[in-house]
Amino acid sequence: LSHPPQSLHLLAPVWKGGTRGIRGLSRVLAPEGNQKGRSLLQFLADRFYDVEALRDYLLRKQVLKVNQKNRPYNYIKQRYGPYVAGAYFILKQGGAVRFQGKEWIRPNQRGHFSLDFLKLQAVPVEAVDASGCAINYQGLDSLLPLKELQSLWLQRCPHVDDWCLSRLHPLASSLQELSLAGCPRVSERGLACLHHLW
Amino acid sequence: DWDGKVSEIKKKIQSILPGGTWDPLYDTSYLPPERADVVIVGGGVLGLSVAYWLKKLEKPRGAIRVLVVERDHTYSRASTVLSVGGIRQQFSVPENVQLSLFSIDFLRNINEYLAVVDDPPLDIQFNPSGYLLLASEKGAAIMENNVKVQRQEGAKVSLMSPEQLRNKFPWINTEGVALASYGMEQEGWFDPWSLLQGLRRKVQSMGVLFCHGEVTRFVSSSNHVETASGEKVNLKRIHEVHVKIDQSLEYQPVECAIVINAAGAWSGQVAELAGIGKGPPGTLQGTKLPVELRKRYVYLWHCPQGPGLETPFVIDPSGTYFRREGLGQNYLGGCSPTEEEEPDPGNLEVDHDFFQDRVWPTLAQRVPAFESLKVRSAWAGYYDYNTFDQNGVVGPHPLVLNMYFATGFSGHGLQQAPAVGRAVAEMVLEGHFKTINLSSFLFSRFYLGEKVQEHNII
Repeated sequence: LSHPPQSLHLLAPVWKGGTRGIRGLSRVLAPEGNQKGRSLLQFLADRFYDVEALRDYLLRKQVLKVNQKNRPYNYIKQRYGPYVAGAYFILKQGGAVRFQGKEWIRPNQRGHFSLDFLKLQAVPVEAVDASGCAINYQGLDSLLPLKELQSLWLQRCPHVDDWCLSRLHPLASSLQELSLAGCPRVSERGLACLHHLW
Repeated sequence: DWDGKVSEIKKKIQSILPGGTWDPLYDTSYLPPERADVVIVGGGVLGLSVAYWLKKLEKPRGAIRVLVVERDHTYSRASTVLSVGGIRQQFSVPENVQLSLFSIDFLRNINEYLAVVDDPPLDIQFNPSGYLLLASEKGAAIMENNVKVQRQEGAKVSLMSPEQLRNKFPWINTEGVALASYGMEQEGWFDPWSLLQGLRRKVQSMGVLFCHGEVTRFVSSSNHVETASGEKVNLKRIHEVHVKIDQSLEYQPVECAIVINAAGAWSGQVAELAGIGKGPPGTLQGTKLPVELRKRYVYLWHCPQGPGLETPFVIDPSGTYFRREGLGQNYLGGCSPTEEEEPDPGNLEVDHDFFQDRVWPTLAQRVPAFESLKVRSAWAGYYDYNTFDQNGVVGPHPLVLNMYFATGFSGHGLQQAPAVGRAVAEMVLEGHFKTINLSSFLFSRFYLGEKVQEHNII
């Protein structure tokens, strides 16, 4: 194995936690660079069942990681209500949230955020900025109960696709601003079902 | 003992001589293996789905050898690729709703299920535009009941009055419509060819063997037993499947343990080969598999002033349906003919008069903009039509013990294929249905006369 740091190309972003944001994930989803490392791994995977099984496992682990990030926070929902659960979900993903009549709450550089908003159980969430977050179809479970949501920013989200767009119709009564700029998986088929929103 | 040895040596010498079975100088890789655990007759979406789930649910990994026999590797007459590709949960039978719900989950997470390392992710081009079923005065009560059943199973369907329909879709003429059910989420249409290719690629990577040939004969053994009430029954087990290679007289007998009949529109013929239906009519031996070929036409037309991007898959009370195709004001649709007007299924020629006489008048009446349209192209495909109750047949045959059916879905096989594949795999591996209970879809209902009538068939 002549190129140890480059050969396991799929591993590096997962281990270093570099999959946060569009750049890390796009590298992982469509690995084009580093041809020598990839063909060596492909060569090994064609000949050894263990290497093939290892690559299979790593691929599945990446998917599991995204699903783990989008799991529903049922306990928080039960204890503090749907608004706080939705806000916690977004903040945990790295996005920002604004309650009615309050300021934007954002996590800092290291992903930490203050838990003051746990007191705002009856205050509806007005705006959600989920730019660059790994939110997917399952993650929308936490966003759909926010009945007074007025603006939703899903810029550059790598996992938002046409299926997610078809799920947004319960927010039709309150949603006024929806941003999907730079989402690589949204196509005209998903945009065709946004007519529910007006 | 000596005689036995002599005959064995004679057999070996005979096989080595040219024309015998052992031919080391000739390439026999096009032949299927001599032994396989499961032979799946038919390589369409249902057959491949059964193969996928068999390989996924088997314990330990690599325990079962599966062979898929498909006689047309271009899939030129297969129902899968000629299908319009819609998927909906708006059925009247609860099992159908559950099957569709699982299948849409499968399609949404298709890259988790069918991921192959180093291959690009699959894009089935799903349009989540929903289905709109219209009902006249007579059908309104049935539609309400159906929607209740669908909501109970978890489908998200909303009922609309003619007033709401006019507001939402101004291009619709609501004359004669009393109620409409609109499925907003998890319904739409997709590209069946990419699903087929994705399944094929994954199934090949899991080690399933493919053979380009046709099944011509089943060699089975009979066992005469007496039931508790003293009747004599003839239980059969299929031991060998003769697979004839395409465009050749050569055939290979494949010894197998289980045969799965997923031959689509031709399942009736395959079942006859196994001796199903050969007996006095009215008995279990004499009950044939009632799956027949039925030809259906699909027309593609262009209408410059037609409905816009929000067009769902619309199904008229008269049976005519249409959907948007792409972004260039093209639409595709058709109508199921009545029993008297059934076209001859011998070939896949399109009858354009059918469009002029049957489809266009109903289309123009429902959507006035369709009065001026131009037909761009048309094609015909087969339904694996179940003449008994238009619902699928799943599970083993009561007399031919190791033949399992996965066919007869009469036009909604593609949308239920992943779930049906899993059900049949569970039946084969465990002996009973684990996740979705399809006991009402077993073969025995044809003998007992219990119809599982599905009302929402197009």
